[in-house]
Amino acid sequence: MTDRWFDDAAGPVVRPYAMTRGRTRGTTDAAQLDLIALVIAEGSLADRADDHHSLAPEHVDIVMLCRRTPRSVAELATELDLPVGVVRVLISDLIDAELVRVTRPVPPAELPDEYILREVIDGLRAL
Amino acid sequence: MVFGRSERGRREGAAAAQDPVALKLLVAGGFGVGKTTLVGAVSEIKPLRTEEALTEASRPYDDTEGVETKTTTTVAMDFGRITINENLVLYVFGTPGQDRFWFLWDELAQGALGAVVLTDTRRLEDCFAAIDYFERRGIPFTVAVNCFDGADRYPVETVRRALDLGQTVPVLLCDARQRESVREVLISVVEHAMRTGAANGGGPAD
Repeated sequence: MTDRWFDDAAGPVVRPYAMTRGRTRGTTDAAQLDLIALVIAEGSLADRADDHHSLAPEHVDIVMLCRRTPRSVAELATELDLPVGVVRVLISDLIDAELVRVTRPVPPAELPDEYILREVIDGLRAL
Repeated sequence: MVFGRSERGRREGAAAAQDPVALKLLVAGGFGVGKTTLVGAVSEIKPLRTEEALTEASRPYDDTEGVETKTTTTVAMDFGRITINENLVLYVFGTPGQDRFWFLWDELAQGALGAVVLTDTRRLEDCFAAIDYFERRGIPFTVAVNCFDGADRYPVETVRRALDLGQTVPVLLCDARQRESVREVLISVVEHAMRTGAANGGGPAD
């Protein structure tokens, strides 16, 4: 029995996951939240003041960071200095709240269109 | 077969056209071979990384003979970003350089466009595992020989033979510190990915 080993006074066992209230996965399929999946803010936090009670400061940080330019899951984890696993749960919450959406990643074992690859090559040449 | 352009199809097409696309390249290779340096040479942001100093416990695995100046090792994500245009971003991820972090590779490799296997002729065997990994998964890769000051230089064909690589795998000499040099390596990976896709009759050939 877990309660024999830990009580509330012991604090959360894995501290960063305290902000996800102990959840290690959200409702969004982890495959959709690839490290390079881009998170795009949608809607306005101001219009959603009633949701604020359920949002942690880190949720708000993510929405603010993604407002002007889309950010990858990996960048958000670095900027918030949080483990990727925690950031995935927070993003999943925000998707449920319709405050962000994520771009569809290129499916594994599938290459992007040739014109995109040519754009990449031209872009690299111009570096 | 001709597909009708349904309302739904058009909407999805429009959303896909507006959404930016993110692509991922990997940089693999032995400990201390210059992966972080390579990422830093082309990234528009300072490489974002988690580095930890070597501990006594990890020393036996981290044989630094021949790489005397490196005192820390990258144990987690280490990546840079290249914005191609407002709709296209390329991320370059360094993979953990030590065998005990292999478990992190599968997630990094998921959906990767291709990879650079960075190697050092003083310790060629350090990249065998990375080559095996990408070959087994069919991930296109370029072998880049980082020309360290003081290391002997070998012709690329000698390196190709030593690594038992097929003729289609690009092998380049590079300087991981030089943006232009690294740029050529990354272009080589993307071109190789395009050729591989075309040869397999996959997406890019259509």
